[in-house]
Amino acid sequence: MLNDFISQVGPSTVGGLASGAIYALIALGYTMVYGVLRLINFAHSEIFMIGSFAALFVIMQMGITEPLTGVALVGTLLLLLIASMAASGGAAVVLERVAYRPLRKRGASRLAALISAIGASIFLQELFALVIIPEVFDRPSQGRNQVPVPRLFDRETVFSVGNTDIRNDHLLIIGAAVIMMILLDVFVNRTRIGRGVRATSQDPETAVLMGVNIDSIVRTTFLVGGAMAGVAALLYTMEFENLRFNIGFLLGVKAFTAAVLGGIGNLRGALLGGLALGLIENWGSIFFGSEWKDVIAFTVLVLVLLFRPTGILGESLQRARA
Amino acid sequence: MRSTIARLGGVVAAGTALVLGLAACGTEESPTGAQNGDGATTLKIGFMGDLTGANSALMIPPSQGAQLAVDEFNAKSTNVKVEMVKYDSQGNPDQAVTQAQKAVTEDKIVALVGPGFSGESRNVGPILEQAKIPSISASATNPALADNGWKFWHRVVANDDVQGPAVADFLVQAKSAKKAFVVDDAQEYGAGLGDAVAKEFEAKGVKVERDKIDPEGSDYSSTVTKVKAASPDVIFFGGYYAPLGRLLKQLRDGGVTAVVSSGDGSVDKALVEGAGKAAAEDAVLGCPCLIPFGSDVPELKAFSDKYKAKFGGDPLIYATEGYDAMTSFLNAIEAGNTTSEKINEYISTIDFKGVSKQIKFNPNGEIAASVIHIYQVKDGNVTWLGDTSQAQLS
Repeated sequence: MLNDFISQVGPSTVGGLASGAIYALIALGYTMVYGVLRLINFAHSEIFMIGSFAALFVIMQMGITEPLTGVALVGTLLLLLIASMAASGGAAVVLERVAYRPLRKRGASRLAALISAIGASIFLQELFALVIIPEVFDRPSQGRNQVPVPRLFDRETVFSVGNTDIRNDHLLIIGAAVIMMILLDVFVNRTRIGRGVRATSQDPETAVLMGVNIDSIVRTTFLVGGAMAGVAALLYTMEFENLRFNIGFLLGVKAFTAAVLGGIGNLRGALLGGLALGLIENWGSIFFGSEWKDVIAFTVLVLVLLFRPTGILGESLQRARA
Repeated sequence: MRSTIARLGGVVAAGTALVLGLAACGTEESPTGAQNGDGATTLKIGFMGDLTGANSALMIPPSQGAQLAVDEFNAKSTNVKVEMVKYDSQGNPDQAVTQAQKAVTEDKIVALVGPGFSGESRNVGPILEQAKIPSISASATNPALADNGWKFWHRVVANDDVQGPAVADFLVQAKSAKKAFVVDDAQEYGAGLGDAVAKEFEAKGVKVERDKIDPEGSDYSSTVTKVKAASPDVIFFGGYYAPLGRLLKQLRDGGVTAVVSSGDGSVDKALVEGAGKAAAEDAVLGCPCLIPFGSDVPELKAFSDKYKAKFGGDPLIYATEGYDAMTSFLNAIEAGNTTSEKINEYISTIDFKGVSKQIKFNPNGEIAASVIHIYQVKDGNVTWLGDTSQAQLS
């Protein structure tokens, strides 16, 4: 058992950090919307899915079939990043306008918004399964099957630590996630709009009295959260190279868990929760087998919530710290 | 008072319906075959399977194989014609029962090819048994089906108890494996097959390690880490081609070079698409089915050409078995048997070289030749290497 752990801990850590980085980026969307509206946006998983298909769409339009290198690779990745962030961010804004704002204007209960979120989620999944995958991606009557993505660059080992090979794709995922987190942190804490977001999160009524435009803040929150899901979507598409209409579901559940684990409403908590969840899953698998990884992850979640009901870092977006 | 009248009315109505029903049964005293204009008798043979449901990709090829056999028969036979009636169960065992009752009472079929899956076979078996109608399934592989003591039930594929050990034995022999890693998807079919393979490996003295993956998941890095640490000679996956494609890709990216193998759930070109051409290369797949996949063996090529000319595509999974199942019935009819019981007697003694294998049934309805075929991905295509006794890995 101990031998297993020693021989597997290195690769598990790298794999766990890479999956955790993707969880964390998606978790940001849940946590930001919750921080501002006290709403769990269950359609966020489909925002992620839309971003991944947008990336694939651009890859197909560019006619990429062979792995790229050098400048072409960097340029392509940046273009794909813009495309998937725009698609996910845009979709999140539309979702807010169509599924949430009408309810908010009528003062509907949060439960109504939750049902609206679930409805939007099912609608978007079926839209892709029935229309977009068969028509736009030209896979007639295969809307529910996986769609392969061509390889963007060859996997290479950049360096090794002991028996652990650190690959270029893992470095890219972890690096991109950390950079996005830092940018977001600066945005929320150092900019005027960021201050508006924090003010709305603390006390919406007072924020309005102070001249904050709530609608615009909510829209910004959805846009930024969606764009982060778009980053995750590109990284996912690049790493796993298979898309399906329901890929968002499982990842959405994991990311939501990560957000709660870190402290929902807290941006740094989302990063911490995501990475922690990825590591717990992979380390737990060493001892118990991969079929137990969800059991282990949720056991840890329950234990954390027993002792810290607001998550590891607490709900601090409202206290203007994150 | 009102309710009494209503009840009385109900009884009268029910009684009338009963009498009318009996009368209908009495008058419909028809022979099994119907005479048509030019003096030839037309017999109906059913085909039952999932023709429009989620797994119809598995059932359309055998239905076309069976149709091909019927068309060939009708082209040469003069005194007896055969009509193939399709029954779409959508893979639903309850719907299969309704369809079987219709086939027996309304259409009066003399024989049935199918049902396609094991669940529907379990439900339909007793109905056919009572009506004394012989059936041959081209694809139902649950071992327990043969234990029902059914006299009219047969199948032309080996059951699941044969597949796992045969594939394991083949890998041990072909790769002189000392260490194996068995992964499965924790579902009924995949875990069952994984267990059977792991058991046989251990019986042959091969050290086995195991792990399970979530068939709906995408990130299999923890499994890849385990496989890499175990450094096995062979890897077997119990499950379907979609998760295997994802796993295979991640295994190869993770630097695992051991041969990867799987069972009949993965014999599909979509495996290559999902894993990517490079990662899928050399994967070994076992199946009780014989899919020609562009083979140049003369009989298979002849079959593929005929099939392609008629349906515009290559024969895929269970097409040859569907053809052989139908041919068994047609041989019986050609020998002058026109009633279901006579046909059943005839096929219990049948022994001919079918396209997929030698067709001869054991008394319990199992095919005598329990053959497992080996396929390998070569240059992005699934190719047939032969049965476990002939196949050579390259």
